[in-house]
Amino acid sequence: MLTDLTIHELGERFRRREATPTEAAREYLARIAALDPKVKAYLTVTAEAALARAAESDRRFKSGAPLGPLDGVPLGVKDVFCTRGVRTTCGSKILEAFVPPYDATVVARLLGAGAVILGKLNMDEFAMGSSTENSAYFTTRNPWDLSRVPGGSSGGSAAAVAADLAAGTFGTDTGGSIRQPAAFCGNVGLKPTYGRVSRFGLIAFASSLDQVGPFAKDVRDAALMLQAVAGHDPMDSTSAAIPVPDYAAELERGAKGLRVGIPAEYFIEGLDPEIEAAVRAAIETLKSLGATSESVSLPHTEYGLAAYYVIAPAECSSNLARYDGVKYGLRVPGARDLIEMYSRTRGAGFGAEVKRRVMLGTYALSAGYYDAYYGKAQKVRTLVQRDFQKAFERVDVIVAPTTPSAAFRMGEREDPLSMYLNDVFTIPVNLAGLPGVSVPAGFTKAGLPIGLQVIGKAFDEATVLRAAGAYEAATAWRKRKPGLAA
Amino acid sequence: MAEEKAGARRVSSAYDVVIGLEVHAQLLTRTKMFCGCSTAFGAAPNTQTCPVCQGMPGSLPVINRRAIEFGIKTGLAINCTVNSDNRFARKHYYYPDMPKNYQISQYEEPLAVHGHLDVEVDGAARRIGIERLHLEEDVGKLIHEGNLETAQSSQVDFNRAGVPLMEIVSKPDIRTSGEAGAYLRALRAIVVYLGVCDGNMEEGSMRCDANISLKPAGANEYGTKVEVKNMNSFRNVQHALEYEIKRQARALDAGERIVQETRLWDPDKGQTISMRSKEFAHDYRYFPEPDLPPLNVEPRWIEAVRATLPELPAARRARFMQAHALTAYDADLLTGSRALADYFETAVAACGKPKPVANWILNELLRELPGDDERAVAACPIPPANLASLITLIEDGTISGKIAKDVFEKMYRSGEDARTIVSREGLTQVADVEVLEAKVNEALSTHAKAADDARAGKKGALGFLVGQVMKSTDGKANPALVNKLLTEKLYKV
Amino acid sequence: MPESKITMKEVDHVARLARLALSDDEKERMRRELDGILSYIDKLRALDTVGVPPTSHAVPMTNVMREDEPARSLPQADMLANAPDRSGEFFRVPRIIEE
Repeated sequence: MLTDLTIHELGERFRRREATPTEAAREYLARIAALDPKVKAYLTVTAEAALARAAESDRRFKSGAPLGPLDGVPLGVKDVFCTRGVRTTCGSKILEAFVPPYDATVVARLLGAGAVILGKLNMDEFAMGSSTENSAYFTTRNPWDLSRVPGGSSGGSAAAVAADLAAGTFGTDTGGSIRQPAAFCGNVGLKPTYGRVSRFGLIAFASSLDQVGPFAKDVRDAALMLQAVAGHDPMDSTSAAIPVPDYAAELERGAKGLRVGIPAEYFIEGLDPEIEAAVRAAIETLKSLGATSESVSLPHTEYGLAAYYVIAPAECSSNLARYDGVKYGLRVPGARDLIEMYSRTRGAGFGAEVKRRVMLGTYALSAGYYDAYYGKAQKVRTLVQRDFQKAFERVDVIVAPTTPSAAFRMGEREDPLSMYLNDVFTIPVNLAGLPGVSVPAGFTKAGLPIGLQVIGKAFDEATVLRAAGAYEAATAWRKRKPGLAA
Repeated sequence: MAEEKAGARRVSSAYDVVIGLEVHAQLLTRTKMFCGCSTAFGAAPNTQTCPVCQGMPGSLPVINRRAIEFGIKTGLAINCTVNSDNRFARKHYYYPDMPKNYQISQYEEPLAVHGHLDVEVDGAARRIGIERLHLEEDVGKLIHEGNLETAQSSQVDFNRAGVPLMEIVSKPDIRTSGEAGAYLRALRAIVVYLGVCDGNMEEGSMRCDANISLKPAGANEYGTKVEVKNMNSFRNVQHALEYEIKRQARALDAGERIVQETRLWDPDKGQTISMRSKEFAHDYRYFPEPDLPPLNVEPRWIEAVRATLPELPAARRARFMQAHALTAYDADLLTGSRALADYFETAVAACGKPKPVANWILNELLRELPGDDERAVAACPIPPANLASLITLIEDGTISGKIAKDVFEKMYRSGEDARTIVSREGLTQVADVEVLEAKVNEALSTHAKAADDARAGKKGALGFLVGQVMKSTDGKANPALVNKLLTEKLYKV
Repeated sequence: MPESKITMKEVDHVARLARLALSDDEKERMRRELDGILSYIDKLRALDTVGVPPTSHAVPMTNVMREDEPARSLPQADMLANAPDRSGEFFRVPRIIEE
């Protein structure tokens, strides 16, 4: 089945004329129709547009002039990306009917590479959450166990790849929203360096933390997907003008000579022993491939979560101020005056977690509290960054668990704080703006995926992917698929 | 008016008046502060917008370099220190004309600080300090159904949202409404000269809000500040301040407490009206704009901008007074706009006669167009070289002063030069002595009684005879020559 | 019993600043949850950050600007298409009462 293949395998079939993009698109759409009612990854499926684009891609392959590795490849994108003419909800009721008149830069680049976009994927509302239970629409299921969450906020993106409902997907990561669901769903999930990929058209949650990244079936696919979207964008003032290397080129180099750091502070009491065992085994695998390892210390790790839960809500309370029923989105009718209209619209349009973070953020920025909260958190952020800088003087990559536990059951983490703790290993990487990937590293006894996190230096995605790729090549985790029947 | 001014003076002897002015100037960039939409005035509603300036989800700002340049230029012209390290910040409040419900502005690290303007009020020189200059984006336009108090709904046009604004905040150094007016005029002249803003208060491209408080004369502690808004001309600013001074003085005299509030000037009623009292200041929840990396304005850039500064209005005025022996009043008017000052200098360079050029501009040209309107002056139908040649024609006797006025009118309507008009209409001054002598003799014989009166020294008789000769030559006679000939004939024995 | 970090009055004030209409139940739950989160965040106080500069941008950059060149605005129809209440060429909003 074409839907079993990775992107690079699929591209190979297209080039050898053994399959066409239209065939691939049809297969994926059929699989979505059959299985997505169970997985619930998609919010919007754009079948007609996808088939039209697949047909264009067919013609290019026929004439021997394909655009590149993503030409004709069926992908999904998180509903956080603005797509021109296609409903974009950001997982929220407040944008239920919003149809953007423009494409996010990432979407434009994918379309320019010939990708076939199958639809928009479910997510925690406004990217706030770690389970996709905060989606205003429904909760996506983990394909490995439909009673469990896929992680979040990019739950739909992760589940779609795990269930072969797309060859690859794009999501976003602010505090772990790519890496954590990738770990829960057994995919490769990459968060690039802050500024590596344009944020223009990405509906903002926390401006200084948000980054765009791929979910893929293997490391090579992740490299190809990153390649297609990375690079400076004049529409995003925070996008880096640093040249984009050939990410796939480094993959074959292997792990020989790689210096791996093991952060002491990530092996804490709350860490599931099965996950710890899997991570330690992975480190041994890397060493057997020629890497060396040493202990590093990231002493401010435990403060990262607290700093994040000031900075992210503060920025989000500001970014979400624009949802007011005036220019787009929901407006609750019947208000007697403007302020009532604002308040009732936002009260009705935002879910509980969003409201909580907006309140927290507004509080943190309000008069008298700025220095104690936001000001302080930004300083702690500097300390977290310095921890990494110091560690990277001695090692090339840092290897750690992605999450403290495997996928939990729906409804199990009701208390916000316990939900926040899911991101304890991923958040510091966002605070420091560094690249990080989660790659499959085994399964729990209950059959749930375990993720290994590889963290690298700023703009050194090549080394991160190389380490992850070497580990992947030496293991067979990706051969196991969830037992989803139609 | 005079009574109010006098009243203000009476008041100010008991109280010190403390005024600070906040001026917002719309910058003359082609595009908005953070996106490439046009800033042109007059387009149909919501046609000059994009996802960025309309605050659509996912949009991001990008700084307009020219706006920064204009800010640096203005900061230098008002003697500020330009902050190399400066950054934008978000200022939060909810209002329908604010697409994002925050305005991207500058807070703790503005573009320029600590400048001053030297102004002259009633002959006395005063230095008004400037606290800061910063850049921000303008908001959209709200159109209320009727007026704000009674409207059941309002309409929003976002064309103006995102237009670059420069905010200049004075130190509370201003002591009288006259000083406020002088400061505003001086500031306006500067921004207009620099070409960064067209300074049109009536159209809203330059706006002014005031903060005013009174304290007992000589006291150290400041009184309660009242903010005054909606003053859309220099005159309105002065009137509003004069009214506020009187209002606050009366209240303080009566032992009342001044409420910290915002008041709107109502030009029809001639009063400031309280908006619902805001005892609590807005909590703007400022924080550094995360979507915009900070600015580091290098000294090299600052110096490059400094090199483009033109001669500023005050310096130009002083030079005109010195070099051309003009009065302060005349120099003031002639430097009312950079275009007019350029016009004056070009005309003087062409004919070498500053006094006549000044007079013609002040008396005739400024009747036709406003001297402080750069665009109007630049579009003047009489180019300066043409005015210069008109003056030359007068000076060399080709035409009389009276005829010249007609010629000027014709030049203004047609755009033609003086010589063309004079030769076409045969307006050359008659200075031929023989011809004039004949006319003089004619007049003397026709108006024998007047001639007798003139000989008798009766007032006005000579002037009457001169007038008759002028008439008989269709105004073309050289009046000085006519006068001489008449005088000779009348008084010669 | 540790002192409450946030009072009901503050919850009301912040909800008003954020233009969020909350039911009484929501407010009470919000107060409890924010209390919990703020207590957790309090651990930041223990950290000595004297002399540490704040980080607002993860990757240091300065002077990102564009030239003053016009770019095409979007058509009026596109910009008004999502308007919840459109009045001809304008967006319409209900009665504005000054705060």
